[in-house]
Amino acid sequence: MIELNRICKTFRVAQRSAGMREAAKALFRRTYSEIHALQDVSFCIGDGEMVGYIGPNGAGKSSTIKVMSGILTPDSGSCVIDGCVPWRDRQAHAANIGVVFGQRSQLWWDVPVIDSFELIRDIYRVDEGLYRQSLDELTELLDLSSILRTPTRQLSLGQRMRCEIAASLIHRPRILFLDEPTIGLDAVSKLAVRDFIRRINRERGTTVILTTHDMQDIEALTERIILIGRGRILLDGTLDALKARHSTLRQITVAFTAGTPSPADRPLPAGFSLISASEDRVTVAIDTEIVSVSDAIEGLTRGVDVRDLSVAGQSTDELVVSLYEEFRI
Amino acid sequence: MKLYLRYFSIHFKSQMQYKTSFFLTLLGQFLTAFSTFLGIWVMFTRFRAVDGFTYTEVSLCYAVVLMAFSLAETFFRGFDTFPRMIGNGEFDRILVRPRSPIFQVLAAKIEFSRLGRLLQAVLVFAWAIPRSGVDWNAANLATLVGMILSGTFVFAGLFLLYAGICFYTLEGLEVMNIFTDGGREFGRYPLSVYGEGVLRFLTYIVPLALFLYYPFLALLGRSESLLHRICPAFALLFLLPCYLFWRIGLRHYQSTGS
Repeated sequence: MIELNRICKTFRVAQRSAGMREAAKALFRRTYSEIHALQDVSFCIGDGEMVGYIGPNGAGKSSTIKVMSGILTPDSGSCVIDGCVPWRDRQAHAANIGVVFGQRSQLWWDVPVIDSFELIRDIYRVDEGLYRQSLDELTELLDLSSILRTPTRQLSLGQRMRCEIAASLIHRPRILFLDEPTIGLDAVSKLAVRDFIRRINRERGTTVILTTHDMQDIEALTERIILIGRGRILLDGTLDALKARHSTLRQITVAFTAGTPSPADRPLPAGFSLISASEDRVTVAIDTEIVSVSDAIEGLTRGVDVRDLSVAGQSTDELVVSLYEEFRI
Repeated sequence: MKLYLRYFSIHFKSQMQYKTSFFLTLLGQFLTAFSTFLGIWVMFTRFRAVDGFTYTEVSLCYAVVLMAFSLAETFFRGFDTFPRMIGNGEFDRILVRPRSPIFQVLAAKIEFSRLGRLLQAVLVFAWAIPRSGVDWNAANLATLVGMILSGTFVFAGLFLLYAGICFYTLEGLEVMNIFTDGGREFGRYPLSVYGEGVLRFLTYIVPLALFLYYPFLALLGRSESLLHRICPAFALLFLLPCYLFWRIGLRHYQSTGS
């Protein structure tokens, strides 16, 4: 159980303009600007939930993860995770969580992966039997057997990420924080990582909190998303509800035989707006609050020699862009 | 301790990945040790006495400070790379592990090349002890050991202080080296040669004199005071404010972007 209540965190950042003169001035008098990284952030995540935490760069995602994992001490507000206050009971809390920073490695660069795993075993005081069991499981699920004896520096990014995730799960944490776990991975590795995260969540009941810019991650993994922008929580709900609320628009594309009457010949009624038209293809956006999809298709195709027809909803990427626009973040 | 050995072995394995570099470093360290020894020998053949201390007495003083500094370096200099650990986010990782951050910082960087420096200190020591003219009875030996251990911890405290400052500046402050590397350098001579003011500063603020100067007087039989003999124990109090400063710094830790 994760409970955040009105967490605030402000950073003070030294500011100066470019140029030598300014640099010299800054030596003596610094002006600071305050960055409100987190403002009244509150949410609650139950055991075994899988939550996508999204927002543009600099919105406060990583700061929130750092507060929840005990790295940052917030200025005010409370955070209780399974009975621990992360920054106060840091070591006890650390044994319960696993953290993957997608852009940083926790493996020792020059030694085989298995050596890193063994050191992590000792750091977390995992007993030998449990370690064997964890390792076997992770090796099988993440397909690590062929790379365990390779030094980290020789692994590809995809292989390394699989090892990073395994390293964060050796001590069987109840909560897993993933900070951009699929960043820079190829399609195959992405799918493998996603599949694994889903299984860990389902089979071990691990609570997963995931930050990402990859909307396919969100779509594939999480039911609930929390949107943060400029340090504030803007939305907290299921992906489906969000989609239903935000994407009343559908795109209908009609392909027809060139030279025959086009759907765009007639003036379009209310609820329709023309996106593009060529001699054999017309794309129209409709607002499903004004006109239903079936009525729209009927209206568009009447008297037209239709070769192909497609209806597309808003993609999650577009949804997020429209959310960012809506909240001006 | 067992975990420390684990870290030790992983560092050893890492460094053995680059065998040539490792052996060259060892060779370099040995040459450095040798040249230092030569340097001291030359210095002591030229200068006879400083501020009423004979040069053999002075050499003992130097041996103590070098030994204490080298031990501190070998085990506690992990803090040296601390600014970099903060900068590249390695320290974030340390904070999400269920072990003391100080221990992890120390274990994160174990330099075998420092063993060369330790060897250097041992050499100076071996040279100075028989020549110092001190009667090596039990009390004097205990005092000497006390001086070295206490000195090690005072330097460790300075390293810790240095790391604590990094929480605020996010980068190292070279100023601190006046007290660490600098301490080693001006510890070559009995601290009284620098005058009353400096001696007082080094007694009450940065207690180098507590393990270096006062017990040294007792060793040489220039002071009968028991207080001077047990001064090294008081120097350990220095660790307290250093640790507190680190704790406060940790609370203010801002991490870095992403």
